[in-house]
Amino acid sequence: MNPAMSGWDRFVFSFFNLDIARQYLPAIAKGFVTTVYLALAVIVAGVLLGLTLALLRSFRVKVANFFIIMFADIMRALPPLVLIILLFFALPYAGASLSAFAATWVALSLVLAAFAEEIFWAGIVAVPRGQWEAARSTGLSRAQTLAFVVLPQAVRMTIPPLTNRVISITKGTALGSVVALSEILNQASSSASQAGNATPMTVGALAYLLLFIPVVIFGRWVETRFVWKK
Amino acid sequence: MDAILQNFFNMEIASKAGVFLLKGLGMTLLLSAIVIPLGLLGGLAVAVLGSLKKKWLSVLLIVYVDFFRAFPPLVLLIFIYFGTPFLGLDIPKLLAVAIGFFLNTSSYYGEVFRAGIESIPKGQFEAARSTGLSGSQTLRFVILPQAVRNVLPDLISNTLEVIKLTSLASVVALPELLNNARQAQALTYNPTPIVLAALMYLVLLWPLVRLLSRLEHKSISMH
Amino acid sequence: MSKAILDIAALHKSYGATPVLKGIDMAVNENELVFIIGPSGSGKSTLLRCCNRLEEPESGSILVDGTDILRPGVDLNRLRQKIGMVFQSFNLYPHMTALGNVTLALRKVQGMEKEAAEEKGRAALARVGLAEKVNAYPNELSGGQQQRVGIARSLALEPRIVLFDEPTSALDPELVGGVLKVMRELKESGMTMVVVSHEMAFARAAADRVIFMDKGVIADQGAPEDMFGNPKHERLREFLSRIQH
Ligand SMILES: Nc1ncnc2c1ncn2[C@@H]1O[C@H](COP(=O)(O)OP(=O)(O)OP(=O)(O)O)[C@@H](O)[C@H]1O
Ligand SMILES: [Mg+2]
Repeated sequence: MNPAMSGWDRFVFSFFNLDIARQYLPAIAKGFVTTVYLALAVIVAGVLLGLTLALLRSFRVKVANFFIIMFADIMRALPPLVLIILLFFALPYAGASLSAFAATWVALSLVLAAFAEEIFWAGIVAVPRGQWEAARSTGLSRAQTLAFVVLPQAVRMTIPPLTNRVISITKGTALGSVVALSEILNQASSSASQAGNATPMTVGALAYLLLFIPVVIFGRWVETRFVWKK
Repeated sequence: MDAILQNFFNMEIASKAGVFLLKGLGMTLLLSAIVIPLGLLGGLAVAVLGSLKKKWLSVLLIVYVDFFRAFPPLVLLIFIYFGTPFLGLDIPKLLAVAIGFFLNTSSYYGEVFRAGIESIPKGQFEAARSTGLSGSQTLRFVILPQAVRNVLPDLISNTLEVIKLTSLASVVALPELLNNARQAQALTYNPTPIVLAALMYLVLLWPLVRLLSRLEHKSISMH
Repeated sequence: MSKAILDIAALHKSYGATPVLKGIDMAVNENELVFIIGPSGSGKSTLLRCCNRLEEPESGSILVDGTDILRPGVDLNRLRQKIGMVFQSFNLYPHMTALGNVTLALRKVQGMEKEAAEEKGRAALARVGLAEKVNAYPNELSGGQQQRVGIARSLALEPRIVLFDEPTSALDPELVGGVLKVMRELKESGMTMVVVSHEMAFARAAADRVIFMDKGVIADQGAPEDMFGNPKHERLREFLSRIQH
């Protein structure tokens, strides 16, 4: 870096250096793909597992519910990064090792599942008892009542909080960089230290904005769209 | 079984690393004690300014909030921590971390407070103003107390997230709980310190999680 | 004629240590409309809810059309279709249209094809005077219309008996008439009905028999003229004077 540069020039040189941006763009694009892939895998696994647990919970089997609640509590109380590090650095001592991708995916999916379970469960509980009774009195079974009467109402109520939770947990994909997963952040910061210049970080930051700004705006739209009409 | 105990619940290592971890826990609490009040204040400011219904101001605030909600907090943290030296600035680690977390946290609290203020019917403003209360008095004595109560579960939930968030500071080697646990693990070649740190987080945060579950179910059964 | 559609004997039910039904014996014959009155907490709702096992009684027997519905291993969901239930708070499914509400059980429990179920559902809605509201959602209907959809929902299943638990007490006064009219027509078409309600005028006009419940037992019963015109039971007199101000 040229010490004679003015403050502004130095800022542009360090953060918005087009040559360097061009040079490291492919690496960051690769990270982008990994991030998207990981995020989708987390959403699918987390939401499905969470929904399954909430459905199981609605059958109100004492032992099962004890374990479901315990799982949800622990996963909501532990910082996701602690979980990732446990899975990646501690699990090998038990003779089982996970790749960086798998460790991040499992950890974030479990966390999302815990929150999704609580959200779905709250939705199921919020459906008035009369709905169960009306449906059962016409001969629908427990499972049919859940599927056709209770869940459609519950899911509607759960969409806004679930969307927000999904967004905040998929942003956690950046935590994968701590276990050297080559997603956006990791690619950007290693490029930055290689280049001795912060521009790859800027590119990485823009990549995140590109990915998540639409998602955040979508979340806002969902919040106004799915207000439950009485 | 014995091997598992040796590896994950090694008493000898736990007792050696214990004090070091508690020091880390102290830093975690300190960081939380800095970020939570600042975040609450920032969020409140964002929401109150937003409620003034000045078009350009509202747009600006939404941009601020959405911008920092879109950024993964770790990216923000690393950007600030590794970026500022390129500007010739040398800010202390704790400050860099606190700034990063503040930007993220105030955005989230801002959204919560905004929802709370919007949940109060217009009649409340009108009733208060008709008795001669000023705008800020109305906000302070009539609107905010109700708003806060309406979004209390979300405020607590967000606070829980902030405390968990502090674990990210380990990435820039701020000596908080997770950082110290990882250092102890590296020194001892044994994951017991990480397990121990996880347990500390659980002890610290589990009551909050329970409280939250209770509040959420209460607010649902009330309506 | 006088064949019992609903036959209850020695029915007992308690919540925890509190007995709520203390030995109910009651038979409802085909085409009969039995009207149940009684103070709040006397167990009227509990009795109706036991009749399709929304509540589980402790002991006693309940025969519906000759089948003991308390027998273990009974196909409850099939049986429930024979016993219509109309709720005070309607309990319509808010995410489905009127037609969707009425046809859900036809399709999912009886396994009917969509077209056949909808044809039947339309007929049931027409019967309660809502032919033109088939595609309306509950929040687009008045309370009275919602309750009529609730009635159509049970009628579509061709029940042997319909139980009404205070079907009009959540309604604004001007909407009560429409629902009672539907119930009258239902009675005239030969439906067997048990109605818990405070609509005494309706009872006088349409009920074959009035049952007075008090503290978990049937304290008195008789023809509406006798029960209202010349009440003998002390508690019944008290109750009637209280609700007629
Ligand atoms: N789920 C329940 N758990 C405990 N007690 C109950 C429950 N449901 C009803 N009870 C009690 O059982 C008694 C009878 O209730 P029920 O609803 O059958 O009365 P009711 O005659 O229908 O009264 P109302 O005219 O107010 O509707 C009441 O004392 C009530 O408090
Ligand atoms: Mg009742």
